[in-house]
Amino acid sequence: MLLHNRSMLPGVVLTIVFAGAAIVSLVWVPYDITILNIADRMKTPSLIHPFGTDQFGRDILSMIMVGARTSIAVALVAVGIGMLAGVPLGLAAAARRGSLPDEIIMRTNDLVFAFPSLLIAVMITAVFGASALNAIIAIGIFNIPVFARLTRGAALTLWSREYIMAARVAGKGAARISVEHILPNVTNLLIVQGTIQFSLGILAEAGLSYVGLGAQPPTASWGRMLADSQTMISLAPHLALFPGLAILLTVLGLNLLGDGLRDLLDPKLRRART
Amino acid sequence: MGRAMRLNKFGSGLISVLALAASIGMAEAKSDIIVAMQLEPPHLDPTGAAAGAIDSVLYSNVFEGLTRFGPDGSVNPGLAESWTISDDGKTYTFKLHEGVTFHDGSDMTAEDVKFSLDRARADDSANAQKALFAGIENVEVVDPQTVAVTLKEANSSFLFNLAWGDAVIVAPETVADIKTNPVGTGAFKFSDWVQGDRIDLERNPDYWGTPAKLDNVTFKFISDPTAAFAAVMAEDVNAFVGFPAPENLPQFEADPRFQVLVGSTEGETILAMNNKLPPLDNVKVREAIAHAIDRQAIIDGAMFGYGTPIGTHFAPHNPDYVDLTGSSQYDPELSKKLLAEAGFPDGFETTLKLPPPSYARRGGEIIASQLRAIGIETEITNLEWAQWLEQVFRGKDYGLTIVSHTEPMDIGIYARPDYYFQYGTPEFQKLFAAITSENDPEKRSALLKEAQEMIAADYVNAYLFQLAFPTVADARIKGLWKNQPTQATDLTAVSWEE
Repeated sequence: MLLHNRSMLPGVVLTIVFAGAAIVSLVWVPYDITILNIADRMKTPSLIHPFGTDQFGRDILSMIMVGARTSIAVALVAVGIGMLAGVPLGLAAAARRGSLPDEIIMRTNDLVFAFPSLLIAVMITAVFGASALNAIIAIGIFNIPVFARLTRGAALTLWSREYIMAARVAGKGAARISVEHILPNVTNLLIVQGTIQFSLGILAEAGLSYVGLGAQPPTASWGRMLADSQTMISLAPHLALFPGLAILLTVLGLNLLGDGLRDLLDPKLRRART
Repeated sequence: MGRAMRLNKFGSGLISVLALAASIGMAEAKSDIIVAMQLEPPHLDPTGAAAGAIDSVLYSNVFEGLTRFGPDGSVNPGLAESWTISDDGKTYTFKLHEGVTFHDGSDMTAEDVKFSLDRARADDSANAQKALFAGIENVEVVDPQTVAVTLKEANSSFLFNLAWGDAVIVAPETVADIKTNPVGTGAFKFSDWVQGDRIDLERNPDYWGTPAKLDNVTFKFISDPTAAFAAVMAEDVNAFVGFPAPENLPQFEADPRFQVLVGSTEGETILAMNNKLPPLDNVKVREAIAHAIDRQAIIDGAMFGYGTPIGTHFAPHNPDYVDLTGSSQYDPELSKKLLAEAGFPDGFETTLKLPPPSYARRGGEIIASQLRAIGIETEITNLEWAQWLEQVFRGKDYGLTIVSHTEPMDIGIYARPDYYFQYGTPEFQKLFAAITSENDPEKRSALLKEAQEMIAADYVNAYLFQLAFPTVADARIKGLWKNQPTQATDLTAVSWEE
């Protein structure tokens, strides 16, 4: 079933490769990246170092693997924050459509939406200090309105369905209906959006690290690897090539996966196909 | 959309017309120069801040002192044409040059000299190097062309002190606006400052000495190393002093369009330690850190080989320098032993706060890795200069930091207990007082050597390397300073080859 979908397969493969690299890096990397070996710096790719070594003689493959862990951890937690806060807000707003709480929630969302997310992330990290944790919080906050809006929109159409009416007639409260009947029916949408937000989170982390506001050394980060290799691009292009490719392929993979999941999970499309 | 695109087209057309006009103008005249550097001055008063960037723009170009540094670090006559020193070494009588005028047209007289020196040494003075003037007892105007300075005690480095950018002569009438409109006596006049971008100077037609060969000078500020590389490659700038990316220098050297000058500086690059913060207050711990550091790895890794290892806070090109690198040779096993003796067999954690230059950022990663090898975990924080000055330099809220001390002959900072690494032991203060009052060159040299040995033996800081000063310039430019005996970009003798 997975293979019937054209974008699904490469998406799944790329995601598995990078998630796998991140998981493997927890227990094993080819070389310890906390040990610098200046004598071996800027070596071109070879059998010993498949991706070469960086300006401090660290193995780039190992850096990419640990960087994958940083990226995925940041993006995962950020999407988690967005979902955990955004979905209940969206459900609550839909349940009390047009009420004051609905207005407050949605207008606050608009407010957050009104700012370019990366700009505010830069501001948050500039005020509270640059660290992976602050980057997570900054990216997470901007995921909240995305999920709140999506949930509310989807939930609103569900609230007018007959089975929801039936549940209400049966005496179920708004909160219980939201959890038991609405939430299961918006899950597919949330999964698809989650995948997309996940890839945006990886991009945001790379962007923040690139300007020095993300994970601090010695934690490896793709964005910082790119920034560090900038002035050496004419001497050792592979320093920039591999982290750049890693970001590109991960984001591409997640987007393809998101597309594939949407095709797979969207009931309307599913019906059209069969 | 369509409108935006039209605007864009118009905009880029305008820019290319302007660029064309600019390039035509330059090709004809060849009397203008655009010099880039990394840091922009916070303001334009060299007598009111420690920021070296101020002197990098203004020293010798706009402001002059009684004496001045030559390109080789020698002390030469400046506004003072000659001087006599009394037999007890306490009174200096300066004869000023005739016909020196400030850029506003007023005459530079002995009154201005008295004003400048009194202002610098006043109690409420904002001068960053007040110690230079601390020994002055009295400044007396003998006649408009003669000024006598009486010192409390004989000071062998007084003429040297007067050559600093912090000791330049300013006029009382214009000093109120000096931060935005500096008025000096130099071969160039200040003309414009576009903050965040550039400072323009123009030739002073009424200059008292040898007039400058260039008509207009533009200092451009490009902090990002990548942008610096691009700007030089595209010839948007004619010269880049203090080029920030040493890894690119071989490429410029191979390019016939450019000349690369790698000079020496007064910049002792050190891993500064907070001597009052436990456990760094323990000399054994500091010694352990000093032995954990492989200097050559830092010079190769952070500076791509440009830099000379040092073992104390003194410039290696100085005749009084003692090579003490052997007292802190790379020996991680010894470090571990020392740490165990100090009571930290498993190491400890501390902070490593790094200012923006690449020697600090890259050197910091290397040092963190070397310290980790002996069990010391460092938490790296990258800071902008303003934050670094606030947290580290003034706030003393740090464990370790890396910085280059670019002032000449600045071993005196070790006599200041309130200086950011908080050393200033009474023994060193005594020794330094002896150095300043010693007039006999041989005895002074011996004392200076003793001072270097004392701070090395106390492992006040870990001494890394003497900063190299790379300048990349158009191959046709002549007369640039190669070395940095003080922070300066002296353009008074610079010209284009015909």
